[in-house]
Amino acid sequence: MISADLNIILPEIVLAVWAMLALVGAVYTGKDKMATALVWASAALFLLVAIWIGTTGSGDRAAFSGMFIDDAFSRFAKVVILVSAAAVLLMGEGYMSRHKILRFEYPVLVVLSVVGMMMMVSAGDLMSLYMGLELQSLALYVVASLRRDSERSTEAGLKYFVLGALSSGLLLYGASLTYGFAGTTLFSGIIAAATEGHLSLGVLIGLVMMMAGLAFKVSAVPFHMWTPDVYEGSPTPVTAFFATAPKVAAMGLFARLLFDAFGGAVADWSQVVALLSLLSMFLGSVAAIGQRDIKRLMAYSSITHMGYALMGLASGTEFGVQAMLVYMAIYVTMNVGTFAFILSMTHEGEPVTDIRALGMYSKKEPGRALAMLVLLFSLAGVPPLVGFFGKLYVLQAAYGAGLVWLAVAGVIASVIGAFYYLRIVYYMYFGEDREDALDAGGSPLLWGLLMASAAIMVVGVVNLFGVEGAAAAAAATLVN
Amino acid sequence: MTVFAFYLFALCVIVGGLFTVISRNPVHSVLWLILAFLSSAGLFVLLGAEFVAMLLIIVYVGAVAVLFLFVVMMLDVDFAELRAGMAKYMPLALLIGLVFLMELGMAFGAWETSEMAATQLSAPAPADVQNTAALGVLLYDRYFLLFQLAGLILLVAMIGAIVLTLRHRTDVKRQNVLAQMWRDPAKSMELKDVKPGQGL
Repeated sequence: MISADLNIILPEIVLAVWAMLALVGAVYTGKDKMATALVWASAALFLLVAIWIGTTGSGDRAAFSGMFIDDAFSRFAKVVILVSAAAVLLMGEGYMSRHKILRFEYPVLVVLSVVGMMMMVSAGDLMSLYMGLELQSLALYVVASLRRDSERSTEAGLKYFVLGALSSGLLLYGASLTYGFAGTTLFSGIIAAATEGHLSLGVLIGLVMMMAGLAFKVSAVPFHMWTPDVYEGSPTPVTAFFATAPKVAAMGLFARLLFDAFGGAVADWSQVVALLSLLSMFLGSVAAIGQRDIKRLMAYSSITHMGYALMGLASGTEFGVQAMLVYMAIYVTMNVGTFAFILSMTHEGEPVTDIRALGMYSKKEPGRALAMLVLLFSLAGVPPLVGFFGKLYVLQAAYGAGLVWLAVAGVIASVIGAFYYLRIVYYMYFGEDREDALDAGGSPLLWGLLMASAAIMVVGVVNLFGVEGAAAAAAATLVN
Repeated sequence: MTVFAFYLFALCVIVGGLFTVISRNPVHSVLWLILAFLSSAGLFVLLGAEFVAMLLIIVYVGAVAVLFLFVVMMLDVDFAELRAGMAKYMPLALLIGLVFLMELGMAFGAWETSEMAATQLSAPAPADVQNTAALGVLLYDRYFLLFQLAGLILLVAMIGAIVLTLRHRTDVKRQNVLAQMWRDPAKSMELKDVKPGQGL
């Protein structure tokens, strides 16, 4: 039994063992001189494992008496997580070594955090859910304050840690109430206990508290307060990481908890998720208008996007989950490109985050400016681009589930949100040429990722690269 | 008797928790916290979970609380100032706390356990196995995956602590044991025959 179980979690084992080997290897050899090599090796391993999971996985398998689930849903989320983590790891390398914060522990912590994320999306038990979540978060708290000599960075790490501990407490209390109701922490047991009778008030409070804890991790309003500060204070490569893989993992975990454990009580949680979604979309769109710092702006942008992804969950249908997965895949692709651009924003070698410094950037770098324009239009959801189709999917899902008011609110919020994306475009094409204007040029790797991401936004319109089909299969295994 | 013990311990936990939050002196806070830990250990004994009770005392009272005590005594934090900040948010906090307390009161007042709970209890306790042995079997067999994950989490905590605090100082002399061992009289001494009246 044990060897079959280990076989199912082999990808996670490979990554964890790699992290430990890399740690010991680097300690005994070149220490921080090994960091660049470790970054590249870890990214290559991420891609290999992603291909491995994507091509060989089939069917539904459960390991360790149901605590770990390997199905199409978890494989979809894992591939997105691994590919985005690889891209972010690679693009941060140049920035970090320039600022002398590329330590060999950085790739090791990222790998361990990714192991946590893979556990999260495969969780089949309240305890494995919590363990995965903590493994992921703990590594993220550390990398947030990687820049020890910067007050902003340490503040970001500490703030994230304290609020994260609070949300973990909420989650655990909710989990204990649920355990008290069902007598088991296994999702399969909870859903059996929950569908058999109605949900009593106590377990509803437990469910709401667990949702509050998870809403914190996806930074949905009203649990979003940490996001702008942490995004702004962390080193930019770490911010890029925060905005991509952990969001997919937390959203996958959210969906898994709601459907696997409480799938029989959709009406009970749907309204809560709908409210989270509504508030996130509006607050994210409105609050971003006053931001001049592009990292803070991206923080509010990610809050808005989480609102749209939650809209797919709120519909509580199979199509809703499919829409959520497609949306997350598109969101991650757009964010990788956008952060590749942000990482190349420098003025005389120093990083710049003020969006006004983009004035007349199109004159200096027409190619990059055009790619960024495509990404920003896609983020705003302007029709011919892929970002539009992501929004269309979740709106359709909400409409199909009878949440017409939520779909209408989503359209209004997207119109408001378009303003601040288009303002960046305005600065790039019509702004004034300031003396702290950005340098031309930048690393070819960042250029490549930016161009690839922008190209996907245009070319993907044809068939979304078949993501729909995979997402549909993933949603079908989760909702049944 | 058991009921009396339960109410005694429960009261101690609540009073301990309350005074942990409101007492003025942080060292007293930690001492109240220790009282809360000890009383909850008593509650565990009443539940028949003697191993968990002892763990609570050894780990929380013996290690964590004592560590807290050291940290509180060593850190130079102006707690009066912290408290002034707390007073500002007190009304709001009290309101939320009150609402929450009422919600929980309602939840526990109408508490129902699912009819299936008894049949699907995660770990029904067998009568002939001791608690400690049963826990060990569960931990290393059924919950093996979680046990290993907990190990990984602790590894991350260790790496994190080192990453965030270790500084390599270049301005200090370090002991080089190998160099010390290689040293012998031939390398470190030179014999000179000093003639009287000449000096070196």
